[in-house]
Amino acid sequence: MESFALLVAATLNAGTVLAIAGLGLLVNERAGIVNLGAEGMMLCAAIAAFATVVHSGNPWLGFAVGAGVGAALAAAFGVLVIWLNTNQYATGLALALFGGGFSAFVGVGYVQEKIATQGSHAIPLLADLPFLGTALFRQHPMVYVAVLLAFAIIAFLYRTRGGLVLRSVGENPDAAHALGYPVRRIRLLAVMFGGALCGVAGAYLSLVYTPLWVEGMVAGRGWIALALTTFATWRPLRVLLGAYLFGGVTMLQFHLQSQGVDVPSQFLSMTPYLATILVLALISRNPTWIRVNMPASLGKPFHPGG
Amino acid sequence: MTAPRLEVRHVTKRYPSVVANSDVSLSVAPGEIHAVLGENGAGKSTLMKIIYGAVKPDQGEVLVDGQPSRIRNPQEARALGISMVFQHFSLFETVTVAENIWLGLDRSHSLESVRERTAQKAREYGLDLEPDRPVHSLSVGERQRVEIVRALLTEPKLLILDEPTSVLTPQAVHKLFVTLRQLAATGCSILYISHKLDEIRELCSQCTVMRGGKVTGSVDPRRESNASLSRLMIGAEPPQHAPHTSSAGEVALAVRSLSLPTPDPFGVALHDISFELRVGEIVGIAGVSGNGQQELLAVLSGEQPRAPAGSVSLFGRDMSGRGPRLRRREGLHFVPEERLGRGAVPGMTLASNTLLTRARHIVGKPPLGWVAPRATAALAADIIARFQVKAGGPQAEAKSLSGGNLQKFIVGREIGAAPKVLIVAQPTWGVDVGAAAQIRGELLALRDAGCAMLVVSEELDELFEICDRLHVIAKGRLSPSIATRDASVERIGEWMSGLWSEAAPC
Repeated sequence: MESFALLVAATLNAGTVLAIAGLGLLVNERAGIVNLGAEGMMLCAAIAAFATVVHSGNPWLGFAVGAGVGAALAAAFGVLVIWLNTNQYATGLALALFGGGFSAFVGVGYVQEKIATQGSHAIPLLADLPFLGTALFRQHPMVYVAVLLAFAIIAFLYRTRGGLVLRSVGENPDAAHALGYPVRRIRLLAVMFGGALCGVAGAYLSLVYTPLWVEGMVAGRGWIALALTTFATWRPLRVLLGAYLFGGVTMLQFHLQSQGVDVPSQFLSMTPYLATILVLALISRNPTWIRVNMPASLGKPFHPGG
Repeated sequence: MTAPRLEVRHVTKRYPSVVANSDVSLSVAPGEIHAVLGENGAGKSTLMKIIYGAVKPDQGEVLVDGQPSRIRNPQEARALGISMVFQHFSLFETVTVAENIWLGLDRSHSLESVRERTAQKAREYGLDLEPDRPVHSLSVGERQRVEIVRALLTEPKLLILDEPTSVLTPQAVHKLFVTLRQLAATGCSILYISHKLDEIRELCSQCTVMRGGKVTGSVDPRRESNASLSRLMIGAEPPQHAPHTSSAGEVALAVRSLSLPTPDPFGVALHDISFELRVGEIVGIAGVSGNGQQELLAVLSGEQPRAPAGSVSLFGRDMSGRGPRLRRREGLHFVPEERLGRGAVPGMTLASNTLLTRARHIVGKPPLGWVAPRATAALAADIIARFQVKAGGPQAEAKSLSGGNLQKFIVGREIGAAPKVLIVAQPTWGVDVGAAAQIRGELLALRDAGCAMLVVSEELDELFEICDRLHVIAKGRLSPSIATRDASVERIGEWMSGLWSEAAPC
C-alpha cells in the first residue's frame, strides 16, 4: 500500500512537467498558433533556471527566470510568424533545434554543478492522512500549481470575455479583425503565455524533477506536450489527464524494469507513449467534439485586411 | 433641411491594376432605404469598405450627419453609429448566439444583459432567435438574423447590408424587408447593396447605380423598370432566350432511393432522394445552400463513393461506387461550385488545368501516357477563343483569371468534351452579367444538342430562366419535380422551407 502511494506521488511529480507545458501550449494553440519550438524553449529555460539557482541559490528566482526565457523565445517566434508571416511549422522546428543547441552550448560549464534538492512540501493536516497524505499531499508546490492552473485556464477560457475573444481569434481571425479586435497582439500574448509555461515546465525539470543539468535533458517532453494538447482536443482537463497518465505509466514501467520483468526494456519504454495516445484518442474520437474544440485557424497565416 | 445622414463626395480609390472607385458620390437621408446597384466588380464592396473604415480612399471625403469624418477603422465607424452586415458572415461557429453578439459590442455589457437584450430585440422585430444555441447548429437564415440583431444592438444610425438576400428563401426575404422597413421607420438609414432588380424596386426609395467603378445613375427605383435599371447597370438589356419546346428523350441519369448519412457532424444527411434526368432537358435543383447540395453533388460526381449500390445509374448502368474518372469515361462531366481548388488548380496553367478532365483527349496513347504540351496548349487556346475567356493565354495561371473568366474556362472545358450528361453547380455564381448570359446561352445550346443537364443553383431567377423542370432540396430531402412553366417563385419558396406535399404533380 505504501509503495502504491509512492507510485501515485511519483506519477504526479512526473506528470507535472507535461501538464504545465501542455496547458501553456493549449492556450497558445487556442489563439490559432502552433509553436513546435516547445522542446527548445524548455531546454533553454531549464539551463537558465539551473544556472540561476547555482549562482543565487533561490529556486523561485530560477522558476521566474525560466518563465522569462520561455516567454522571450516565444516572443521572438511570435514576431516572426505573426508579423513577418513566416511558416509556423518551419519556424517552430527551427526554434526547437536552436534551443537544443544553444542550451547545450551555454550549459557546458554547468554539467558538473549541483544544487540543493528541493524537498517536498507537506500540506498541514492533509499530509497526515493515511495513504492520501503520502500519495497526494507531500509534493513540490508546483505540482499543486499545475492543477490550479488547469482550473484557472478553464475559468478564463469559458467564463470570461477575454477567453471568448481568445477562442474567437483562434477560430476566425478575419471575423475577429472585422469586429475590431487586435488579432496579432492577442496571438502574441497567447504565444508568450505558452512560452512562459513551457519555461516553467523546463525549470521544474532541472530544479525539481532531476535537479541537475544534462544536455538534452528534456528528452522529447516538449514534443509529447504538443501531441498531448492535440490528443486532448484542446481541453484543459484532458491535458491534465493525459499528462498524469503518461507520468503514471512511465513510473509503472520503471517499477517493472527494476523488478526485472521478463519484457525487453525497449517495449516497456514505449508503453507511456502508446497508453497516452491510445486513451486520449479513444476518449476524443467523436468528430463533432473535435470540430467544436479544435481552433479552426490553427497553423494558418493571417493577413489583416487581406 | 437636415443634413444627410451619410454623404460620400467624389471618392476615388485606385488599386495597382484597377480603379475601384472613380469620383463616386452619393447621399443618404435619415430613415431612407438607399440601394447601391451594380454587378460584381462594379466597385460596390470597395465603396462600402471605405464607408466602414476598412479601406482608405485616395481622394474624396465621407460626411456623417454633415460632419466630415476620417473613419480609420471599423471601431470608429461603429462609434459614429455605422453598422454593417457582411455578405460572408463574420460569426464564430463554436460559440453561442449571445456570445457572438457580445463579441460585437463594447466591453461595458455583461453576457447576461446581452442575452436579455438579444431576446428583447429579436421579439421587437419579430426575429426568432435562441440566445444559447451554438452558431454551428443554425441555418443560414438564422445566422443572418444573428448578424442583424448584433447590428441592431449597437443602435445604428446607418446600417449597411451587403447582398443580404443571396442566401435566403423568398419568404425569408419578405420577412427581412418587413424588419428593414420597421427599422427605417425609426429613423435609421439603410444602405442596401444588391444586384437584384426586383428587390431594389420593392424595398428602396433611392438607388445609386454603379458600373466599372463609376456612378452611372441615381434614380428612384420605384419609377424604373427592370429593363431601365439593367441598362444603367450593364449598359444593355438582359438577353432573352427563346422558350424551349422540344421534348425530352430517354433517361440519362437516374437516382433511386438515395440515402446517405453524413460523416461530417456539420454536414447534411441525404434522405431517400429519387429523380430522373432525360436527354435534351435541363433539370434544376433549387434550395438554400447547406441543405444537402454539396453532399448530393459529391455522390453524383463520384467524389463520394459510399452511395448504396444501384442508387445512381447512367443510361441504365449502375455507377454508384465508381470514381469521377470512370464516370467521365461514360460521358458524365461535372462543373463544381468551387472554381479554385475543385474546378481548377489555382497555381497551375490553364493548359495544365485542361489536362485535369480532358486528359483522354490529349495524352498520347497508352502505355506511356506522356503529356503532349503542344496539343494541351492548343486545346486550352481553343477553349479560350471559343468562350472569349480573358486570359494571358494557355500559360496563364488559373488563379490569375477573374472569377467570371475562370468559370467560362471551366464550363468551356467541360462543354468541349461533348458530355452526354453535364452536372453544373452554381454556373454563374460571382460572374458578371455579360459572362453569365454567355454561359447560360452555351448551356442551352448544349441541351439542344442532346445533352442531359442538371443545374444546382441558389439563384431562382437563373433556374427559372434555363430549366425545363425544377426540384427543390431542403434538409437533405428532394421535392417532386415541377415543370418550370407551372412553377411560381412563391411555391418554390415554400418548398425551399421543406414544405411540399408528396402528391404534388410530377
